[in-house]
Parts: sequence; structure tokens; C-alpha cells
Amino acid sequence: MAHDTAHAMHPPTATGLDTRKLAIWTFIGSECLFFATLISNYLVYKGQSLVGPLPHETSQCMLHGQMATCEPIFEIPLVTFGTAVLLFSSFFVVLALNGAQKGNRKQLIGWLSATVLCGLFFVGMQVYEFYHFFHKGLGYTTNLFGSSFYTLTGFHGTHVTLGVIWLATVLVLAIRGKLPPEKALNLEIAALYWHFVDVVWIVIFPVVYLMR
Amino acid sequence: MSTIAMGHAGTEAAPAEKKGLWSWITTVDHKRIGILYGVTAFLFFLIGGLEALLIRWQLGAPDKTFLSPEAYNQLFTMHGTTMIFLGVMPLSAMFFNYFIPLQIGARDVAFPRLNAYSYWVFLFGGLVLNASFLFNAAPDMGWFAYANLTSKQFSPGLNVDFWIIGLQILGIASLAAAVNFFVTIINLRAPGMKMMRMPMFVWMSLITQVLLLLAFPIITVALVLLMLDRNFGTHFFVPSGGGDPVLWQHLFWLFGHPEVYILILPAFGVVSEILPVFSRKPLFGYAAMVFSGCFIAFLGFGVWSHHMFSTGMGPMADTVFSLGTMLIAIPTGVKIFNWIGTVWGGSIQYKTPMYFALGFVAMFIIGGLSGVMHASPPADLQQTDSYFIVAHFHYVLFGGSIFALTAGAYYWFPKMTGRMLSESLGKVHFWLMFLGFNLTFAPMHILGLNGMPRRVYTYSAGMGFEFWNAIETAGSLVLGFSFLVFIWNILRSLKAGEVAPADPWHGATLEWSIPSPPQEWNFAVEPTVDGRDPLWEERRAKGGTLPEPERVSGAGIHLPSPSYWPIVTAFGTAMTLVGFLMHVTLWVILAGLAITMLGIFSWAFEPADH
Repeated sequence: MAHDTAHAMHPPTATGLDTRKLAIWTFIGSECLFFATLISNYLVYKGQSLVGPLPHETSQCMLHGQMATCEPIFEIPLVTFGTAVLLFSSFFVVLALNGAQKGNRKQLIGWLSATVLCGLFFVGMQVYEFYHFFHKGLGYTTNLFGSSFYTLTGFHGTHVTLGVIWLATVLVLAIRGKLPPEKALNLEIAALYWHFVDVVWIVIFPVVYLMR
Repeated sequence: MSTIAMGHAGTEAAPAEKKGLWSWITTVDHKRIGILYGVTAFLFFLIGGLEALLIRWQLGAPDKTFLSPEAYNQLFTMHGTTMIFLGVMPLSAMFFNYFIPLQIGARDVAFPRLNAYSYWVFLFGGLVLNASFLFNAAPDMGWFAYANLTSKQFSPGLNVDFWIIGLQILGIASLAAAVNFFVTIINLRAPGMKMMRMPMFVWMSLITQVLLLLAFPIITVALVLLMLDRNFGTHFFVPSGGGDPVLWQHLFWLFGHPEVYILILPAFGVVSEILPVFSRKPLFGYAAMVFSGCFIAFLGFGVWSHHMFSTGMGPMADTVFSLGTMLIAIPTGVKIFNWIGTVWGGSIQYKTPMYFALGFVAMFIIGGLSGVMHASPPADLQQTDSYFIVAHFHYVLFGGSIFALTAGAYYWFPKMTGRMLSESLGKVHFWLMFLGFNLTFAPMHILGLNGMPRRVYTYSAGMGFEFWNAIETAGSLVLGFSFLVFIWNILRSLKAGEVAPADPWHGATLEWSIPSPPQEWNFAVEPTVDGRDPLWEERRAKGGTLPEPERVSGAGIHLPSPSYWPIVTAFGTAMTLVGFLMHVTLWVILAGLAITMLGIFSWAFEPADH
């Protein structure tokens, strides 16, 4: 990807760390606060909704313009499966990186494709989930739960989508033979971002879906 | 990837000198970007100053109708927002850009094109924010935009939206720059420049970048939530939907308090460079200065609620935040004693930068002392929202940051332009600014304690506020005039100033070892550093004088190529966000995203050096 060369003029760097790698770590550190704020916002408003539907409880809510009883919103099995898929994708991208570093094209392209597919599946799952929740009565502005839930998971989904675009770009490079072992760092940096997006989900999943 | 270029004379041609508008638009040279930051920020600073003068004119006498209440609200909001985000922060960024690479002995920042991107995003953000004046919809709810004054119900116009979108754009610029400078300082130090040998300005800059990285994501989320409330019907800060307006205050000040250290720490760094050079003594207590800076930044994240004592958080929270706030006085006091210790017994050179640096120490102490006063909740309840607070934060932000940044401007101007500023005009500037500043802001302490509220567009005759307000308005005119002297000094010097040698002040740090202004590649040979004051050590080793460095040919030196993708990407970024100004303007957002993606991909795949 980027060929910023200022760091190449200073080999080795003062710390020995690659400059681009340090930059992505720095960015990830900053992103932690971004998600911490969104998660805090969700937690502050947990249980503060004035009307249903609610995440885990049956509640009174407005459905098609009249008061109704709404089922709990969350359905754990699907999201658990999606979580597992996302976690496995982190493992797959490590295998792909290993292939890139060894110069094993088959391993690289195979596992990187698997990673991208997993990412796409997760985004698809989220779109389905949003659609499904909406039809169960949880609109974006229905209550504080809906607003804070969709905002938090929506921003996470946006990050996953950007990660998919990034990894797919690297995949195209790999298929065109433009990712030789000496450029494996281009994949490693994308992979670091991908792991971060996964780790954020590992926090969101229990805090939002499991915690009552 | 390029190969090592340091001191390697190849057959390639020397990079040609670059001229013209296009060379500025496509520049990725940290020095030119620094100058762009400086000029832009100074113009915004003058706009902010003009807004302040209009405010002062309105308050010069009781019951004036010079400004309508609406215009007054817009002016004090834009004055605060402008001075913080478009004045002091980017003026600090000018020095980060120009002097971090020079002081650590690097050829440029870690990501030159990202650096250009930061500048352009900053410029577009500033323009969007100020464009609100054209629509007669300048933000008018105060720079901290408390909920629920900002709800659609109470602020139906575009005023708040301009503020949200403007700040969101500026935040992206700050974050991109912070990643860049953090990595630059950690990774691009010249051989031998260990962390504990870095110049104090670099240290304070590093801490500032950490604060930026950790504080700006919080305001980003807060602004998103506010935008959602206003334009998409959520109720995060709207009580009728179960939302809590006080949550806005928590999120805002979780960002806002670190922000005040973002404004003052670079100033600490500048002053810590100047005092040793003009006292001819190394900085007193280097390590203590570093650690107190770190400690201030750390504590800065734990005291945000001292801005919120009047919300009634209860005795426990009040006590904790009060104690935490008072604790910050300790590392700050350490710094002040170290500055005094640096000057103590030194061979003091009374040059203009030294005047401003000493002025900074004195004014900052006053601002710090009033700060400790309202760290106490009972005192704060009397002082909050009064002119006493206005006095306090102007003593730390103007008496602190602006005095120090002006000191830095006089100190580094010869390095940046190759010309000396006039010492006599500089001293006239100092005394006018010092006098004007104190006449303007010192009486605000008295007015505040006598009950004059801030953010009210006028006051009645007979309340006892007339005399000091008249003095303040007169002082503000002197203050404004002092900047005309400064501008005159700069213009005069650029045209016919004395030519500056490489090291006009007998400096201690690496930027003084190269010609003024530096050549595009900064250091023809990568410097090696053995101590904290490398130039002084070298001078001592060579018997007291150093030869004037010669301008050399840059043949064989690899430099990053100019690129127009940063400005394209920055334009796309700003456009995308502007699409959210009026609910959703879909074509603007989609076009903005398309331009951003085009920019990012073209940027990523263009060859980066020549």
C-alpha cells in the first residue's frame, strides 16, 4: 500500500520498529477511546429507555401505531455464530500473513479470501440483524436502547466494512503478484487493524448482548 | 522503498527549488506546511481578535446597543471556538511541524503526505466554521455547547450544525497530525538522541500528541451524538426521551479538560527552550520537567468534572475532583520553580523572546493561582459563570499560551525566514501587549467577584461595573494595537530585515546547526547527538565558536515527491462531513466519499519519492 519513505531514510529507526507499524498501533490506541466512549454511552443508557422494546425483557411498546407487547430483541444464537466467524477471520488473516511472509501464494490468497468472506458474512449478519430488529419494533429513534445500540454496533460495522475494503485491496494486490515477502508488511498493517476490530467486538458482544 | 540517502552522493540531480502557488498546494515539506499552518492560524487568530474587540466595544459602557444580543452570542461563541481550534492549536502545530523534525535531527516527519492532508483538512474545517457568518448562522451557544441549549427545540437554526461539522472536520486534522508527530518523535530521532536527551519542546509536544490522540475521539463521539439528536431524532441529550443533558457535559469536559493541556503544554515547551538559551544555562531539572509534564497530562484526564461543580454531583464527586484539581498545582509548580531555577544566576540576555518568555512565567502564575481558587467547589459556586472565570482562563490562555507562542515566534522567526526581527519594535510590542493584556483582563477579577456575569451582552448603569469595563475596553485597544506593531515588524523584516545567521542566539539545539532558513533536506549529513544541549557541547569542544554552516547541493538526497492527493483527499473528507450539515444531503456525502476514496487509493499507489 502506502510507500511513505521518510522512514526508509532513517534505517534503522530510533526504536527499531517500522514506522508504519508504529503508526497503526498509535491509531488503534486512539480508536480505543472512540469505542470506549460509544460503549460508555450504551451502558449509561442501559435500562433508561422509556418504552420498549428492550434487549432481554418482554416490554410494552408501540407497534404499528398502537400499544403492544414486544418480545425481547436479542437472539443470541445468530450473533454468537457471527462472533465466531469474526474471531476465526482473525486466525485466517494470521495464516494469510504467514503465507505472505514465506512467499507461499496459495496459502496467502486462500486464507486472505477466507478472511474477506468472513468479514462480508459478519457485515451481512449485521444488516440482517438490523432489518430483523427493526421489524420487531426497534427503530433507530424508538428509545435510548435502540439509538445507543444501533449507533455503537453501526460504527463497529462501519469499521468492519472498511477493514473488508482494505483487506480486499490487499487481496487484489496478492492475486496480481504484487505482494512479495518483502512487502508482507502491507498485509500485516491491515491485519493489525482487523484484529483490533475483532477485539472491539469481543468487548461489545458480552457487554451488549450477554450482560443483563 | 528508497535506499539510504544520507551523505550518499549519487548521480541524481539536486532537487530543484520550488516556487509558485502549485508548489505550495502540493508541498509535503514539513517546513512549508509549518509556514502554511502559521500564516493560516495567524489570520484566524486576527479574526478571533477582531471578534473580541467587538465584544469589548459593546461592553465599554452600560446599556450599549452597538451589538444585538444575538450578534453578541455569536461573537463570544466564535471568539472562543476560533481562538482554541483555529488560533492556539494550529499556531502550536506550526511549531510542531517546523521544529520537531529539526530538533530531533530528522529529514521530515514520518508521513509527509499525511502531514499535508492534516493542514488542508484544518484549513477546510476553519473555512466551514467561519462560513456560518455568510449564512448569518454563526454558532451562538457558547464554545462548550451545553445541552439542551443545543437541541433543535432551542436552537432551530443551522448555528449549532455549523459548529458540529466544523469541529468534526478540525478533529480529523488534529488526529491525523497527532499520529504523525507521535510516530515522528518516537521513531525518527537522530542517532544518540535518547528520549531523555530530547529538547523539552519535543517532550512537551510528544505529551500533547498523546493527549490529542486520547481526547479527540471522545469529542468526536459526543459531536456525532449531538448531530444525531438534532438531525436524526435520537434523544441522547433530550430529557423528554429519557436522555441526560449532563452526559453532554461529561463527554465534553472529558475532552475539554485535556484540551486545555493541549493548549498549554506546547507553550511550556517553547518557554523551556527559550529560558535556557537566554540565560546561558542548561534547563534546570530536566527530568523533573519531563515527569511533571507527564503527570499533568495524566491528571488532566481525571479532573474534568471541576467544570461541572454547579451541576450538583454530590459531596463525594465534588471532593475527588476538587482534590485532583489541586494536585495538578504540584507538577505545575515544579515547572515554574524549574523555570525560575533556570534563569537564576544565569547570564541573562535581554532579547525580545526572553521578554515574552519571562512575561509568560509571570502571567501564567497569576492564572494558575486563580485556577486553584475555583478548584474549591464552594468558591467555584460563587465564581462560575462570572467574569472571574473569564479573567482566569485568559491569564492562562493569553498570558500563558499566546505569550509563549509569541516568544517562540520571535525566537524561531530568524530560522524560518532567514531574517532577524527588529529588537526595538519587538520590545515595543512586548510592553504594549503586556500593558494591554493586564488592563484588559486584570479588572475582570474584580468585576467577576462583584457579580458581573459572563455571556450577557450588556449591563445596567449604576451596578458599579462601568469604571472597570471602560478600563478593559481601553486595554483591549492597546492589546489590539500591539499586534499591529507585531505585523509591522514581520512585514518590515521580511522586506529588509537584517540577514540571520544560522545561530543568532547561541542556541543549544540542532535546528541552529543548519543554515537559516534550512535547506529542503534539513541536514545534509545526519547529526549524531551525545547530550541534551548538542550545540553547546560542540561549541565547547571547538573552543567557543562554530563555523557558519554552508548551503550545500542536495544532489543524491531522496526527498518525498510533491503530491496533490492530500488536498484532494482533504477536500473529499470535508465535503463528506458538510453533507451532514442539513440532515442528509446525499449527493454531497456520496460525492465526498467518492473523492476521498479516489484520493486515498491514488495516494497509496503513487510513488512517494524522486
